[in-house]
Amino acid sequence: MTESQAPVQRIERGEAFLDVRDLKVHFPTDDGVVKSVDGISFQLERGKTLGIVGESGSGKSVTSLSIMGLHKAGSAKITGEVFLDGQDLISSSAEEVRKLRGKRMAMIFQDPLSAMHPFYTVGHQIIEAYRVHNDVSKQVARKHAIAMLDRVGIPQPDKRVDAYPHQFSGGMRQRAMIAMALSCDPDLLIADEPTTALDVTVQAQILDLIRDLQSEFNSAVIIITHDLGVVAELADDIQVMYAGRAIEYGNADDIFERPQHPYTWGLLGSMPRIDRERTERLIPIKGSPPSLINVPTGCPFNPRCNYAHLNGGSSETERPELLDIGDGHKVACHLSPEQRRTAWETDILPKL
Amino acid sequence: MTTANTEPASALPKLGEELLSVQGLVKHFPIRKGLLQRQSGAVQAVDGLDFSVRKGETLSLVGESGCGKTTTGRLLTRLLEPTAGKIVFEGHDVTHLSEGKMRPLRRDIQMIFQDPYGSLNPRHTVGKIVGAPYRLQGVKPEGGVKKTVQELLELVGLSPEHYNRYPHEFSGGQRQRIGIARTLALRPKLIVADEPVSALDVSIQAQVVNLLEDLQTEFDLTYVMIAHDLSVVRHVSDRVAVMYLGKIVELADRVSLYEKPMHPYTLALLSAVPIPDTKRKTQRERIRLQGDVPSPINPPPACRFHTRCWKAQDICKTIAPPLLEIAPGHQSACHFPENATEEQAARALKAAEQVGTADATRV
Amino acid sequence: MFAYLVRRVIGAVVLLFIVTAVTFSIFFLVPKLGGASADDLASRYVGKSAGAEQIHETAVRLGFTDPLYEQYGRFLKGLFVGQEYNYGPATEHCPAPCFGYSFLTQQPVWPDLVDRLPVTASLAFGAAFIWLVTGVGTGIVSALRRGSALDRSLMSVALAGVSLPIFFTGLLSLSIFSYGLGWTAQGGTNPMDAANPAWWAYDLILPWVTLAFLYAAAYARLTRAGMLETMNEDFVRTARAKGLTERTVVMKHGLRSALTPILTIFGLDLGLLLGGAILTETTFSLPGIGQYAVIALRANDLPKVLGVTLVAAFFIVLANLIVDLLYAVVDPRVRIS
Repeated sequence: MTESQAPVQRIERGEAFLDVRDLKVHFPTDDGVVKSVDGISFQLERGKTLGIVGESGSGKSVTSLSIMGLHKAGSAKITGEVFLDGQDLISSSAEEVRKLRGKRMAMIFQDPLSAMHPFYTVGHQIIEAYRVHNDVSKQVARKHAIAMLDRVGIPQPDKRVDAYPHQFSGGMRQRAMIAMALSCDPDLLIADEPTTALDVTVQAQILDLIRDLQSEFNSAVIIITHDLGVVAELADDIQVMYAGRAIEYGNADDIFERPQHPYTWGLLGSMPRIDRERTERLIPIKGSPPSLINVPTGCPFNPRCNYAHLNGGSSETERPELLDIGDGHKVACHLSPEQRRTAWETDILPKL
Repeated sequence: MTTANTEPASALPKLGEELLSVQGLVKHFPIRKGLLQRQSGAVQAVDGLDFSVRKGETLSLVGESGCGKTTTGRLLTRLLEPTAGKIVFEGHDVTHLSEGKMRPLRRDIQMIFQDPYGSLNPRHTVGKIVGAPYRLQGVKPEGGVKKTVQELLELVGLSPEHYNRYPHEFSGGQRQRIGIARTLALRPKLIVADEPVSALDVSIQAQVVNLLEDLQTEFDLTYVMIAHDLSVVRHVSDRVAVMYLGKIVELADRVSLYEKPMHPYTLALLSAVPIPDTKRKTQRERIRLQGDVPSPINPPPACRFHTRCWKAQDICKTIAPPLLEIAPGHQSACHFPENATEEQAARALKAAEQVGTADATRV
Repeated sequence: MFAYLVRRVIGAVVLLFIVTAVTFSIFFLVPKLGGASADDLASRYVGKSAGAEQIHETAVRLGFTDPLYEQYGRFLKGLFVGQEYNYGPATEHCPAPCFGYSFLTQQPVWPDLVDRLPVTASLAFGAAFIWLVTGVGTGIVSALRRGSALDRSLMSVALAGVSLPIFFTGLLSLSIFSYGLGWTAQGGTNPMDAANPAWWAYDLILPWVTLAFLYAAAYARLTRAGMLETMNEDFVRTARAKGLTERTVVMKHGLRSALTPILTIFGLDLGLLLGGAILTETTFSLPGIGQYAVIALRANDLPKVLGVTLVAAFFIVLANLIVDLLYAVVDPRVRIS
């Protein structure tokens, strides 16, 4: 990669700040290859939030771990490209990716109690995160840690810095995790179910905090969750995943106002809504999510889809591509636009 | 301190006869400290509950972690021994029944647990798990255990062929169905369900919620549902009790609780629920509670919510608001209720004054 | 924390009392319940040709004719303040801690124990050092290279280590390294008499390695299992997500948690060994507490057996106490509850 090639390379090296192209994460096991992530692509700019939604086993967490390079070498077969500000993380060496972790990309996890080391103080763990990427003295790092704790809304940060994780409440722990993740001012923050383990009032506080911090730090944020309410609160764009693939992608309005995929409809229909009239019955999606070793042929959703019979057999044989239907709203479904519109307007919308 | 109820309970809409009632229910877990392990305090997990459950209804207990909802469930099923108070089931005082006398009660009151895997013995077949209640209670169902169990499996949406399989062969939703089948084996009258769907995926949650509703209609079941998800609670409940730090702060029928919450805590809970609608999020009035739930070891005096309440005044720190029926069928424990008419608000304050003078004369 | 410490120490003392009472009962009460008279007991400690009168005299002298609680009281008193002992020709004062006099040799037990403790301690601490380093090291390497050929071969050796008894590995190594190659001492000498540390180590190296092999194998398996578990913990993933080097992740975040349960077992193992490594000491003819116990048991010399039992129990209780306190140092969740 020489200087002269730079303009051409710029496109080649990713168009957006984060550019994921055809990412595949396969785990070979004795029972067969588990295709946890099977070809997903998306782009994300600084200051924007992408919500990745899906059920357990849809590949949403595996996606984030592979961006961070947190899969154990040898256990996973990862292909595709992940450009972070022009650098491909998949082809970079483990050491190069390690140096980016925590510094340019950081992550917060679902259960802040188990995600922090029980034997070290909260301050120690933040200081450690800061000093691994910044050559500063312990005193300077400690001041920084206290400032970070203060920024994420922990009262008496100069005292709490010496407390252990188990002495914090659940919400405080997640705040401390956020302080740790943001200590090196990363450009990309991945939040994997950051509020699932928290109570609803605390969840609201944490979501507010993430939103505030994002506008302050202007970082790109990926929020991974099963809760459509959470993505509606935070996300600009939403990717719905099913069986290791994106089945729908669009901005938040598209997904909530004009959802195109029967699975997205299913998700919207199966959750009770506090903001609408109470329905007599929920409309569940039939069956259960597929095994990732034996993904159904054709459209992976076809055994659970109420409209699969409309496609003249292609649902069972042909895997639908994720295609743009206009304005960046993408869907992977065999149904024609008319069929989708009719189904949404007559079957789904009235029952929501 | 007992909660004063100035209006007779008959003002509540009649749904059915009372199946279970609870008066002044208290559970304190002692904390022992020091050289001699003397009791230095107590976790006041449940601190004076009064409510009743009517036949055929679903009463939900909601609240954040540490509010005592799970402890309450365990007290109702008598998995825990109450510290004080009274539990009456079908007219019989069952508060301190001995283990032997509990047996018939165990048939009538069953529990569904949150973790569908942890509550199923991995070494037993589904048939053995679901048939276990018959063995334990010494009941011989008509047509034999196997046939009955297979019927139960079909009832909860599993196939009779699953009889000889093991729990690990099933998905989370199916495991919860196995748990439900076991619960139903002895045709209980009351089912206490502790977070029955919160461990399940969204699409599966709806299946199990619908199943629970169908079973309720079919077998005339009464549910006490313990949950933290306010959307699910709204969908399944007839009445809802909101708990905070071991006390019920609001108890009302579903509609008035969600449409016109009177306790500020309920209002805050509802406003914190994230809504899957990008348009509405900007219109909503947000109430953000500060800080965390205080420790149940040392709860705030008087109104336990006053440390986080934006409406709190001096009276909230000195006089505990009684759980008062402010509107028909709507009990709330607040000196300054939300969504209240002037007359209702005045009544709430007057009740507080009465409690205040009662306290003063006692002192 | 202080209250906890005091409570634990009191508990330990009470436990030791119970141990003395139980041991005493086993040796004195059980034969009595079995129908043995004081004279029957005494008959073991006089010459074969002794007459009934002499036996009875011995029984009186050894105190067998007194009620049991008096005998026990005497024993306890001896432990704390010493006791007067009549060994026939004269009465002698046995200072505290007095574990009594041998029924056979009329020698006080305590000085014997004091003599032999350094040998046992040298054996135990030396072996402990070796097995900690090799066992834990092997476990870490195995866990990090899980499933590799290295892991499999190390674990096969470890399996052999836990399966083979000391007297087998001991005799085998003696015959190879000592009698065959002549590299190490042949046993039977007291390492504490060695002129300098080098000779001391020369005398002990084979027992050390043999004993350590057994424990190292067990520790390797434990460490491996512990490491595999902790390396899958969420906090290890967090440590990696922070960008820490793999070395820091393993040594600082993984190992520290994995080692806490091993600390407990190590304390108990060491405490157990300080009470005498019977098989090792016998195999290598080391004059330690374990060997002393064997000699005492063969001769049915009760005060000696009682002494060894108490010393062993003392070390186990002490080790337990230290381990619990260390646990509080290592794990803040125990410290601040």
